[in-house]
Amino acid sequence: MSDSFRAKVDIALTVNGEPVEARVPAGRHLIDFLRLDLGLTGAHASCEHGVCGACTVRVDGDAVRGCLTLAAQLDGSEVWTVEGLSDTAEIRVLQDAFVARNALQCGFCTPGMLVAAQELLHRRPIPDRAAIREHLSGNYCRCTGYEAIVDAVEDTLRKCADEDMA
Amino acid sequence: MKAQAGGYVRATDVSHALRMLAEADGAGRVLAGGQSLIAAMNMRLSTGDMLVDISRLAELSGVTDDGDCLRIGALTRHVDIGRDPLIRRFAPLLSEAVDHIAHAAIRNRGTIGGALAHADPAAEFPAAILCLDATLHIQGPDGTRSVAAGDFFVDVFTTDLQEGEILIAITLRKCAQGEHQVLEEVARRSGDYALAGLCLIRRSSGHRVALLSVGATPVLATGAMAALDTGTVDEAVAALKTEIDPPSDTQASASYRKHLAGVLLRRAVARIEGGQP
Ligand SMILES: Cc1cc2nc3c(=O)[nH]c(=O)nc-3n(C[C@H](O)[C@H](O)[C@H](O)COP(=O)(O)OP(=O)(O)OC[C@H]3O[C@@H](n4cnc5c(N)ncnc54)[C@H](O)[C@@H]3O)c2cc1C
Ligand code: FES
Ligand code: FES
Repeated sequence: MSDSFRAKVDIALTVNGEPVEARVPAGRHLIDFLRLDLGLTGAHASCEHGVCGACTVRVDGDAVRGCLTLAAQLDGSEVWTVEGLSDTAEIRVLQDAFVARNALQCGFCTPGMLVAAQELLHRRPIPDRAAIREHLSGNYCRCTGYEAIVDAVEDTLRKCADEDMA
Repeated sequence: MKAQAGGYVRATDVSHALRMLAEADGAGRVLAGGQSLIAAMNMRLSTGDMLVDISRLAELSGVTDDGDCLRIGALTRHVDIGRDPLIRRFAPLLSEAVDHIAHAAIRNRGTIGGALAHADPAAEFPAAILCLDATLHIQGPDGTRSVAAGDFFVDVFTTDLQEGEILIAITLRKCAQGEHQVLEEVARRSGDYALAGLCLIRRSSGHRVALLSVGATPVLATGAMAALDTGTVDEAVAALKTEIDPPSDTQASASYRKHLAGVLLRRAVARIEGGQP
């Protein structure tokens, strides 16, 4: 592997906690690998140049663009998508707040929003509304006008902070 | 659209990466954070690249204290520059620049070396390292060399980096006690590329002013620097307007960019002096 260029690259990684082995074309995006090869269609492929945030997933602990990451780069990595984060209940509070606040309509942006917003949950002191907006500025939503999304994230941050104190 | 790559190899160290670039015979492309390169591949602006993935080379990442200087590895990610205590203390201009670069998920993967090698005239790091008068360290088939930031940026998306070379690190002189470094810009939406931006450093030996998004490369405004050293802000703004020749495009006209540059210079000076522009 290390000595010459490959048109197809062998990778072994974990996706949502499960080991996965695959042979991927060198130019395959992570988002297409997840959606088309693994059937994990939660995160979406939309603009494919980093602008809309619909493809945001977690790689080795960080929210990243699935359309600006190649699957070939991810040998040994740990990837989490909205499916896995739902199964482990890690983002349950955030999801409940999205439902309670009506922070989605068509839902197209929601998986990316959840993964991006999750990065804020461990930040202390808790970010104010302006900082929440700033953090989510890379995720387009064509339906909600963002207000309800910011409300949901703010509710969740407060709730998590209260739990920390308790 | 979908990216089309000619081939991929994950470099195990710098000399392996250099060997693979040489082997690719002109089609080799360094892949760092991929936040510009993969976007270009997706748009099919670039096809058939033989990708040499350097993103795992830990030796090229991180910030070190070299006495009078800071050394920043080319693979240090934007997010890490933003939170690094050495950068915050000794090169605050770079920490401030990070706040303006793209969005969190992009900052999680983009690298300072990639941003400098990409040389987008609207990018923050190129103007900031020009303002800081930093030095770029480059390794190629014939060994290593160093280039001053002032000589590095050649044209739009074009630098002094030659075929087969890799940017390894950046070094810069530490910020002195009492020195000010600020960045001001105007963008349509937070995280978008700036319509115009300005870096200002005030140190005991004088001022440095560098601009982004007002020309094919980042611009060092020597006239405005001299005017700030000896004269008034009004004189500096007047000098600035004669020494930049910004483009007109769908985002902003040349004259609007010139106007913005003056406004940004006043804002930057006011911020340093703690007053209103
Ligand atoms: C939606 C979006 C918005 C953005 N907004 C901004 C913004 O507001 N301001 C801003 O400054 N940037 C912005 N960027 C660009 C971002 O900062 C990129 O991370 C950066 O320009 C490229 O860094 P990278 O490490 O991802 O490089 P890559 O994409 O991997 O590489 C870019 C180019 O540099 C070359 N290269 C990379 N590393 C090296 C090296 N060490 N030696 C030699 N050549 C090398 C590559 O071959 C390629 O040609 C934005 C990007 C996106 C997708
Ligand atoms: S599809 Fe990746 S950011 Fe739009
Ligand atoms: S809910 Fe439709 S795009 Fe956000």
